[in-house]
Amino acid sequence: MIRMNLLGLPRPIHPKDSKNTAAMAIEPINGFSTVTIPLDMQVGPGCESIVKKGDHVNVGQLLGEPKGPWSVPVHSSVSGTVKSISDQILSDGTHAEYVTIESDGLDTPCPDIAPPQVTDKASFLAAIRASGLVGLGGAAFPVHIKLDPPPGKTIDTLIVNAAECEPYLTVDHRICLEGAEDAVEGALAVARWCGIGKVIFGIEDNKKEAAKSLKEAIRELKDHPHMPEGGVEVKVLPTSYPTGAEKVLIRLLNGRVVPEGGLPADVGVIVQNVTTLHFLSRYLKTGMPLIKKAITLDGSAVKKPGNFLVPIGSAIADVIEKAGGTRSEPAKIIMGGPMMGVAVDDISRPILKHNNGILVLDEQDAVLPMESACILCGRCIRACPMRLLPMALDKAARANNPGELQDRHVMNCIECGSCSFVCPAKRYLVQNIRFGKTLVRQAAASRGKGGKS
Amino acid sequence: MLHVSASPHIRDRATTQGIMLHVILALLPVIIASFFIFGLTGPLLFAVSAGSAVIFELLTRSVMKREQTVGDLSAVVTGLLLAASLPANTPLWVLIIGNFVAIVVIKQMFGGLGGNFANPAVTARIVLSVSFAGQISSYTAADKLAGMDLVTSATPLMIAKSGQGAMPSVLDLFLGKHAGSLGETSILALLIGGIFLLVRGIIDIWAPLSFIGTTVLFSVLTGQDPLVHLLSGALILAAFFMVTDYVTTPTSILGKVIFGVGAGLITGLLRVYSAMPEGVSFAILLMNILTPHIERWTAPTTIGGVKHAKK
Repeated sequence: MIRMNLLGLPRPIHPKDSKNTAAMAIEPINGFSTVTIPLDMQVGPGCESIVKKGDHVNVGQLLGEPKGPWSVPVHSSVSGTVKSISDQILSDGTHAEYVTIESDGLDTPCPDIAPPQVTDKASFLAAIRASGLVGLGGAAFPVHIKLDPPPGKTIDTLIVNAAECEPYLTVDHRICLEGAEDAVEGALAVARWCGIGKVIFGIEDNKKEAAKSLKEAIRELKDHPHMPEGGVEVKVLPTSYPTGAEKVLIRLLNGRVVPEGGLPADVGVIVQNVTTLHFLSRYLKTGMPLIKKAITLDGSAVKKPGNFLVPIGSAIADVIEKAGGTRSEPAKIIMGGPMMGVAVDDISRPILKHNNGILVLDEQDAVLPMESACILCGRCIRACPMRLLPMALDKAARANNPGELQDRHVMNCIECGSCSFVCPAKRYLVQNIRFGKTLVRQAAASRGKGGKS
Repeated sequence: MLHVSASPHIRDRATTQGIMLHVILALLPVIIASFFIFGLTGPLLFAVSAGSAVIFELLTRSVMKREQTVGDLSAVVTGLLLAASLPANTPLWVLIIGNFVAIVVIKQMFGGLGGNFANPAVTARIVLSVSFAGQISSYTAADKLAGMDLVTSATPLMIAKSGQGAMPSVLDLFLGKHAGSLGETSILALLIGGIFLLVRGIIDIWAPLSFIGTTVLFSVLTGQDPLVHLLSGALILAAFFMVTDYVTTPTSILGKVIFGVGAGLITGLLRVYSAMPEGVSFAILLMNILTPHIERWTAPTTIGGVKHAKK
């Protein structure tokens, strides 16, 4: 929609929120006959398999050992027999080992599973890493790395991201309603062991019930021995996109600006997703690693949209089938929300740790309009939460000009998609800006190698 | 087979075509007013102009073997704006040559919509006024409602400049019952269109406000009658439809203000000190040329941006 903007001021976008599943409780789905678990589901290198074909594995059993300090382990989500270990190409073009396990239908838990012993920050971080936890908001950044900023950075605020500004997705919302206490306790644990004095939950005002539920949980935990001295508060923000983008959320909640190329830690903040903290709290109590994920299943081709707790590694096709099937031929499948989610190439791809939604679109929703010439209307500029010039970045990327891209701060783009969304010429702005980032990285790499600059 | 594409996977409903359609709708009151002021000639000229612009666009794109873009309706807008800026007694062949200049030379030769550095309608208007001074220098007006015939007479700005002739009343200036270009005389009609564009979010207030404000202020400071400068000539037409053109004007608020002030200043200078009674077209063209530089000077600073070492 085009709406009045007399003063031509910057204005975030407001895509239709389509939170159709907000009232639907998270329902577990079990009974998958096979799961295929990739050993790389994170930012940074993944794992190397430690099981072989024919091995029997139990629920929560370690399948892969970390390759590097950033890697987190991967565990089995079912009990059964390892059928194969194969190398596969992922949607993003990288490779990973996939462990396919035939379920015995018993879901026998691994006998070693026990709550971790946490006595200090080091053992806390080690436990988090052992749980296989990555950022569950969608980014898959290893949590033990994020909670351990480089020396010299003092963290005074833990921001809990419950904004869930992506249309369709409602799992974070459901977690706030169904597990607010665990979410708050997870935040308290992080604050305690990482020595953070203040916790702020950030949530949008289209989730008033969830905000209320968080506030109630905080009230009930007010005598908790590990309440940080700065307290825990819930800040309700106006619904707009992209409130939940890390840099934007920090700005909205405490006015700090993360520098280009920098991390939240540079301004004394760590941001964690509410579902990540909820899992963390459950893990500290049970010791069961990350083997299941709650997802929102929605989209025009889905018969019964809803929120479901599914084993990691279950095939998207199987999840759709068990959740009630499709009403029309799936034409596009998105992991995540429609603004920043990734379109997958195959319906048999497995559910990953960091998936928070699976959108199944019919042909009509799947086909995006063709792009036409930029008319310099400036809508992308007004929509950009980072105050970049998307149309200029797009042009510089198409012209293969890394110098111009860098001068115009392409690396400060958070790829939220606002520019592409509002563009009346339907230009593939984010796509080209991503390409532009690659150009800048390549140029920097060739300079580093002493190549011509 | 599944569709795969880069995010985002949803798009806003606004389209280039929709935006152009808004501009066309905003020009409807102007076209209707032209009927009451100039008779059937008014709408006829608008129709011929828009039609020839569309045909030139179709032909150029197919000769150049580029994808057909006439559906974006931008050619219609250009045709209508060119007609709006010409006198009612412009010969049809001159009008058609004007559209050739606007669409083929100014727009398509520079890459089509979005590629042109100057406003096609404004530039074509200037080319015509230089090349066919004899054909388009006299202005007509009549009150068709009162059954009067078209008569050649001086425009209010000519009257103001020469001091000869009777200045129309302020009400007549506002309603447009006086000599002038086809789409510039009725301030009432232009206001309706302009407010429509503002309310629908197609344009913002900065360029029109600074352009009108500067021109009026200039007329006050130079001892002219500000009301005549405000209500006659192409000022209001240009304020809503030309200094707000996306392609050829800056995108930032500061840039828009600089453009408006610059165009207003040049308009005032030309109106008061040059041999010509009107200077809006030249002012806009000159500022169009400066626009890429204004864009550079006024580019926003990214939030948290870090200066890169110069290589």
